[in-house]
Order: sequence, then C-alpha cells, then structure tokens
Amino acid sequence: MLSINDLRASIEGKEILKGINLEIKPGEVHAIMGPNGSGKSTLASVLAGREEYEVTGGSVVFEGKDILDMAPEQRAAEGIFLAFQYPVEIPGVTTINFLKTAVNEIRKYRGENPLDAAQFLKMVREKAKLVSMNDSLLKRALNEGFSGGEKKRNEIFQMAVLEPKLAILDETDSGLDIDALRIVSEGVNSLRSPERATIVVTHYQRLLDYIVPDYVHVLYKGRIVKSGPKELALELEEKGYDWIKAEVEAVG
Amino acid sequence: MSIETIDLKTRLVADFHARESVLNGEASSALHQKKRAAMAQFDKLGFPTPKNEEWKYSNVKDLISVSYNFNSDSSLELADLEDLKIPAQDANIVYFVNGHYHPALSRIISSQDQITISSLSEAYKKNPSLVNSYFNELLKEDQDAFTSLNTAFAQDGIFIHIPDNQTVEHPVILRFVSDARAENVGSQPRNIIAVGKNAHVKLAEAFRTLGGARSFTNSVTEIFIGEEAGVEYYKVQNESDNAYHVGTTQVRMLDRSQFYAGTVTLNGRFTRNNLNIILDGERCEAHMYGLYFPDGTQHVDNHTVADHRKPNSESNELYKGILRDKAKGVFNGKIFVRQDAQKTNAFQSCKNIVLSTEATMNTKPQLEIYADDVKCSHGTTTGQIDEEALFYMRSRGISRPEAMALLMFAFCADVVSQIKIDSVREYLENVIAQKLASK
Repeated sequence: MLSINDLRASIEGKEILKGINLEIKPGEVHAIMGPNGSGKSTLASVLAGREEYEVTGGSVVFEGKDILDMAPEQRAAEGIFLAFQYPVEIPGVTTINFLKTAVNEIRKYRGENPLDAAQFLKMVREKAKLVSMNDSLLKRALNEGFSGGEKKRNEIFQMAVLEPKLAILDETDSGLDIDALRIVSEGVNSLRSPERATIVVTHYQRLLDYIVPDYVHVLYKGRIVKSGPKELALELEEKGYDWIKAEVEAVG
Repeated sequence: MSIETIDLKTRLVADFHARESVLNGEASSALHQKKRAAMAQFDKLGFPTPKNEEWKYSNVKDLISVSYNFNSDSSLELADLEDLKIPAQDANIVYFVNGHYHPALSRIISSQDQITISSLSEAYKKNPSLVNSYFNELLKEDQDAFTSLNTAFAQDGIFIHIPDNQTVEHPVILRFVSDARAENVGSQPRNIIAVGKNAHVKLAEAFRTLGGARSFTNSVTEIFIGEEAGVEYYKVQNESDNAYHVGTTQVRMLDRSQFYAGTVTLNGRFTRNNLNIILDGERCEAHMYGLYFPDGTQHVDNHTVADHRKPNSESNELYKGILRDKAKGVFNGKIFVRQDAQKTNAFQSCKNIVLSTEATMNTKPQLEIYADDVKCSHGTTTGQIDEEALFYMRSRGISRPEAMALLMFAFCADVVSQIKIDSVREYLENVIAQKLASK
C-alpha cells in the first residue's frame, strides 16, 4: 500500500529526514517512536504534503502512485489522512460545513456525485457516535475554543467521516487524559479493517496499550534505526531511548 | 478655450450661477441661502488634493479629470435591471436613476401613519419649512468640498419622516442606479431621514451601475435619530469598474437611541465613504460595521467619526477588508471624546487580509480624548491568509482555492451576520461567496 524509499527531506536548508525506508501493507498498524527531534512529525507532515518541507530525495509510492508531486488535497482524495498534533482553530467555519465541503470535494475528485444535506447528516451522526462527538461541537466553529481532548476527538471524527485508506496519527495522545485517550483509541480501533493501514506517531508507549501495533519502528536522527514487533515499544518504555542511541553511535 | 479643457470645478461653479439666475423668487428662500453658502464654500475649497490630510491616500485627480452629465435623462425600465439580479424584497423600495426619483419602479407598502417616504423635491413642494428645518442642519458645522457641492446642487433624494413611537415593520430600500449606458453621468442624491422619539426603522442604500461609461455619485445622507429611537442603516455598493463614488452619511443621536451602520463595498473604481456620528445624548449606542473587497486597481476609503459629546454612551466599530491585485484600501477612524462625555466606552477595530504584494492598506486610528473617565481601545491588523489553516483544510481534501474562499468567507462572517435585513444579508452572502470563489 505504502512504500517509502530512501526519503530525504529538509526544512530551511536543514536535513531532517536522512533516508527513510518503510513498507506498509493493508490492514497493518505501524508505530513510529523515537526521542524528541528525531523527525517523527516531519515524516508525518511530509507524507501529508506540508509545503514548508522540501523533499530532497527518495520516493513515496501510495497504491501504485508517486505522491510526492501531489498537492495535499490530492493526497487526501487518494485516501491519506493526517490527524494533527496541533489541530488548527478556524473561526467562522463550522465543523459540519468544513466536513461537508471536504467530503464533497473528495467525492468530486473520485468522480462521485456530491452527498445531499440529508445523506450527509445521516452519515455524520453515525460517525459522531463512534467518538462520542456532541452535536453542539459540530455546529461550533472548527476547533475554536475546543479543549485539547475535544480537538483530538474531532480529528478522529473527521477521520471516521473521510474513511481514509491510510491514517497517520501524529502524537494523537499528547495532551489527553486517560478517559479521552480511551475514547480516541476506541474510535481509531473501530476504523481498523483489513483494507486500511495506520501509522501511529508517538513518543510514549501508553497509546500503544490501546492501539496495538503490528510493528514498531524507532526513528533517530532522521533514520529508522530499529524495527521490531509490538514488544519493542514495551522495551523502550522500560529502558528509554539511550540504549538505542548508544547502539547507533557504536555502529555509526 | 474649448469646453473640454475647462476643469470640473470651474464648470460646476458656472453651472450653479446659471441655474441661480433663473430661480426667480426661490433664490431668496432659506433653503437656497444654504445652497449659496455651500457653493461659496466649494468655490473656496476646490476639490481636495493629497496635501489635504483627510485625502492624503485618496487622490481624486482621476475622478475630476473628465466631465459628467449631471442631468442625464434615462429611459430606464424594469427590464433593464434584470442583469443586476436584484432580489425581490418584502420592503418599501424607492428607485433613483441618475439621482432622480423614479416613481414607476418604486413601491411603498408601509402605511403613511407609520412613515412618510417621498422624494426630497416632492417633500419640499409640500412643506418647504419642514424640509428646510432638517436640510444641511447636521453638516453645517463641517462642510468639505464634496458635501458642499452636494448641498449646492441638491435637488432630489429621499425624504423620510417617522413620527414618534412608530416601529416601521417593512425595511426601506433605496436603490440608486447610475445609467451610464450612453455617457458619463453624475448624480448627487441628497437624503434626509428623520426618526422620531422611540421610533424604529431599518434602511438600506444600494448603489448600482448600468453600462460601461463613467459614473460619479456624490451622495449625502443626513440621519436625525430621536430619543430612544433605533435605526439600522446599511449601505451596499456594487457598482461598475468605472464607478466613482464619494458619499457622506451624517448622523446625530439623542438620549438612549441606538444606531447600527453596515457599509459594504463590493465593487467600484473609486469609493470614499464618510460615516460621521455625533453621539449627542446619554446612553446612546452606535455600532459601525464595514466590509470591502477591492481588486484590480480599485480604491476603497472609509473615514469614520464617532463624536462623543455626552456622558455614558458607547460606540463600537469593526471594519474588515480583503485586498487583491493592486488594490488600495484606506481606513481612518476618529473617536472624539469631549470633555463632558465621561464614562464613554469607545472601541474600534480594523482587520485586513492583503492577498498580493502589490496591494496596499493604510489604516489610521485617531483618538482625541478630553474626558478622563473613559474606556477606549483601537486596533488594526493587516495580514495574509493563515497558511497553517490552509494546510489543515487542504489535508482534508479541500482544494486551495476552495479553502481560501472558505477562510475569507469566514473572515467576513462577523460583519455580514450583523446585517439584520434578511434579503440584504442573503444577497450579500451570495455575492460575496461568488466573488471569493471567482479568483
């Protein structure tokens, strides 16, 4: 489904990703862990098409198409979704209106007819239940004045509505208390299917108690330096990142 | 000297004196004395240049470089207006074409007990002393060249009088159409709106153009607001790319009255709006909202004054603009708090999005405060579209132009939502959405 090959990216002339290789198949959940500043969020941003980053080498092929030349909206329409670490507040645009525009723009891209108001509302109500999104939040301006938990829930709600093939969760656990973490995780898990894949970017192991990954990768200094089964996350939780850093320095 | 080389000022002064010579008895009337004084004032001042502080960023050189026919006949009929897509409205509608009242297109539905709506010339014929008691009374302190010119030539416009304690249910919509299909046309509508004690009314002035020749509108509206009265007043300018507009709205408020103004400039070559409010009473509330979207080489200038003369009143102002291409915008907001006006609250904000490096916005808040126990604030921002918000929307599949349009529409929403005449607000929402989507 997703094939990342020697991906290099920089911002303001500074190279952050220094040759990432990653293969993801449908149905899989991959966790990307690593110390602060290792390039985890950069990888998420580059996959979603954030324009501040300059891709300086490598390729990213999604469902047989090279996505690096695609605009962010095109990637979204192809089925890539990024749940933001810091969802943006947009005054004056209601969540519901925003999502309706998004759904119908994506449908247009795919050559489908737009949903009418009734169809859209029915679908939205069902998805809102998944993450216990209150109707009143939907009518408010997008993320404006939302609590941290409400913002993250809104991200997962949007993901449920847009039904991406590949979901990238960027530090979705940051700023969440344990109840919010559970609700958000349940939402993510309910969307797991054999056709969909998920990349979970996280600093801590605790999210992975809820969203259990198939593979864990450790990103350090812009490279994936270690990959393993879900137990690797537990090991990192216990021992921290220093032993990995030491291993890398020894080799490098 | 051929006629083309005589400048506009000289021609207008000569025009005035030619008209005066055929007035007979009317020349000695009180009203005409005001006109004559205004002409002398105009003759003295001449058209402003950028050396004049009030016109520093708005050069009228282009406006006065050609001649206009101020007496242009128009054969305008309802069918001619179809292209303008004016919505049907459950309202009192009064048409002025090239500044002249057009009875065939107009329709008054409110009862005469509630409101008198007539053309200024009709009203003057019927009751000269009543009209004279209002005419130019708000402007006499401070006539600039354009208002003086309007006063000198004032012939037609609306005269509205609402008796005490009347609430006018149907809004009054004044439609000013410049018919520039055949030649350059000029018009100088003069409107008087007198609202009695505890009377309430919603009004809109809408300016449109037909045809591609130049139009020059120099309009003046004087609004008298009685004690405890409430007035909502909207000015919507959707004129041609060849339309020049200078307009002044002069308002005086008495005790416990409320005034809401919304000024929306959708299109026009050159626009200068003056909105001057005298809060001449206690516990008054004045609200001013404005919105403008110049593109190409269009120029929009809003000058506002909130003049607090008595204690315990409040003024609140929010102007917003989106500028593209090589457009120029000007905002000048004055707040005066006179020595007696203790406990005044006055707020002012002007926010702009500038979408091109060649577009410019000049903002100048001006506060003159002579009382010591007041709350005043002002702020201006000029920025670009929030790139982070754009990326967020695009990451959900919304194309860049669509995301821009949504963000800009949202930017306008807190001004548009203040417009309480439903048909006017819906019209604006549609036109603004189209305007934002078309680029």
